[in-house]
Amino acid sequence: MSIFIDENTKVVVQGLTGSQGRFHGVRNRDYGTKVVAGTSPGKGGTDVEGIPVYDTVAEAVAETGASASFVVVPPRGACPAIMEAAEAGITFIVCITEGIPAQDEALTFNRLKEEFPGTRLLGPNCPGIISPGKINIGITSGDIALAGGPVGIVSRSGTLTYQALHELSQQGVGQTTCVGIGGDPVPGTNFIDCLSAFEADPDTKAVMMIGEIGGSEEEKAAEFIEKHVTKPVVCYIAGVTAPPGRKMGHAGAIISGSMGTAQTKMDALSAAGAIVALNPTEAGIKMVEVVRGLS
Amino acid sequence: MDLYEYQGKQYFARFGIPTSKGGVAETVDEAVVQADAAGYPVVVKAQVKVGGRGKAGGIKLANNSDEARAHAAAILGMDIKGHVVHLIWVENASDIDKEYYASFTLDRQAKLHLGMLSAEGGVEIEEVAQTNPDAIAKLHIDPVDGLDEVTARAWVDAAGLDEAARDQTAALLVKLYTCYVEGDCDLAEINPLILTTEGKVHALDAKVTLDENAAFRHPEWEEYAGTETEDPREQMAKEKGLNYIGLSGSVGIIANGAGLAMSTLDVVNQVGGSAANFLDIGGGANADVMAAALEVINADPAVRSIFVNIFGGITRVDEVAQGVVDALARVDIRSPIVLRLDGTNAVAGREILAPHLSDRLVAEPTMLDAARRAVALAGN
Repeated sequence: MSIFIDENTKVVVQGLTGSQGRFHGVRNRDYGTKVVAGTSPGKGGTDVEGIPVYDTVAEAVAETGASASFVVVPPRGACPAIMEAAEAGITFIVCITEGIPAQDEALTFNRLKEEFPGTRLLGPNCPGIISPGKINIGITSGDIALAGGPVGIVSRSGTLTYQALHELSQQGVGQTTCVGIGGDPVPGTNFIDCLSAFEADPDTKAVMMIGEIGGSEEEKAAEFIEKHVTKPVVCYIAGVTAPPGRKMGHAGAIISGSMGTAQTKMDALSAAGAIVALNPTEAGIKMVEVVRGLS
Repeated sequence: MDLYEYQGKQYFARFGIPTSKGGVAETVDEAVVQADAAGYPVVVKAQVKVGGRGKAGGIKLANNSDEARAHAAAILGMDIKGHVVHLIWVENASDIDKEYYASFTLDRQAKLHLGMLSAEGGVEIEEVAQTNPDAIAKLHIDPVDGLDEVTARAWVDAAGLDEAARDQTAALLVKLYTCYVEGDCDLAEINPLILTTEGKVHALDAKVTLDENAAFRHPEWEEYAGTETEDPREQMAKEKGLNYIGLSGSVGIIANGAGLAMSTLDVVNQVGGSAANFLDIGGGANADVMAAALEVINADPAVRSIFVNIFGGITRVDEVAQGVVDALARVDIRSPIVLRLDGTNAVAGREILAPHLSDRLVAEPTMLDAARRAVALAGN
């Protein structure tokens, strides 16, 4: 099984007519995702390689029954696009946009939570979600993922997610779903949301979790793992050598004072019973060992 | 982006937050002019983006022009924890009755804004949090609701500020919150916020961190660009549009993706080396970007080997390989380069590189192998 979405999920791409939207939207469609519509104000009635374009998400939903959206618009338009999707009844929104101001992100997170509690936002600044062989919403390259499970992946980093997929796929270990939650300070979906969904998914037998410096989501995840996760969890945390006070590429990857260091996170996860690897390759090796050890 | 104190105070002033009368100076003569204009006594303050200025002798009181001249001469050029003082701020000295603390930042765990207010200001707030946490009144603010004066006033009462300061502080906090939200700050902090002997509340210091993601709607931030970094490597990288952070090691790092770049630093460290920098070239790693990245790293005299770590997802490895080859034809690189290319089109990428490989340009199959090689070449 996949988490959050499945092969029947219908997707509308917001910003389909832009270069990024076209590239990734068509790529997702070619992977097998049911990309049923795109939106672009003023371009309703046209199409992108056979995908119909509407002016608004509301129209796209009414015409196609889309329930998920893929937001591929620049930072200044991203939060309005997310709210437009929620208002149109979309219940799963993937936003890959990098560079959204933190104030807008915090406001949008709370507006969604209060006005649209049934809507899940993944991202912003994330690679998206892929259930190999079923559906791919986002920018992950489908050919590095392997269908069939049994591993679920959740990660704050795009390239480290690809690295993890690659390490596992090369060893013949498949994935149920791979979720990139993104590197921003206020992610719509967090580790616990994903760990909880993977715990509930009968096809997922083990979880790989990739975190990084900044914030305390990994520490909270550790508490959750200790109390609620029965499946083995292999972790890797990037940024052991990152200097404090600097944003390491991701807006959320910053050590503030003594808060958010990699060591604190690794210690918490280790104490919670998770297997902590020191680099991505080691995480791959440890996960392969875990999977081979499953009866 | 961290602002200097003087920039922070000027930023506060835009939002109506009261600060002391003063001006910025680059030379001793300018400092005296600013002191004369501000009115004696004045405080001469070193402008550096590091704490502990006072203890280091970077803050001095002057009662007349001669004293202002002497202090400015002593402070300009001073080294405070590795930061050389190029700028000073001179302001009219305040008669302090009480010192408080006020700040707004994002509480990432609660996903709400967090205001912190304390009647015990003038010392590091981390210290107060350690020794006397009850002295800090915390207020979570939902960005949907914002902060109004009634709520602010109740918060001031809870913090136990002196009666004479309460109304003024409540009004000031609403302005500081507006500055934090509309001014797109990651942090807006006043320490100390003072009550003067005349009964006025104003900001005696300013610590402001701006969210660079919001720069598109703040053309006024342009003036900060030139004063933002003191590291010439970072300045050069910024001009080339690269996401670069200077460090102190000998292995230059180029990687695609922030997570992979961070991980590359860690792996270099694990095998006994140290990174000279963090550099994320992002998704579109073409020859231009690669050449720019190599130029910046090449300009760092501490670099003795370069580790290029690319995992192709959307980025195609063959394009990256071609980028490296093209860049090498354009830039004369001092240090040997170790490449680790994997992911989409990795085989094609390695084929492109094959005829160019030498003892100056080597390829390794995995991240760990490449890190070991780069560290060995750097002579660690």
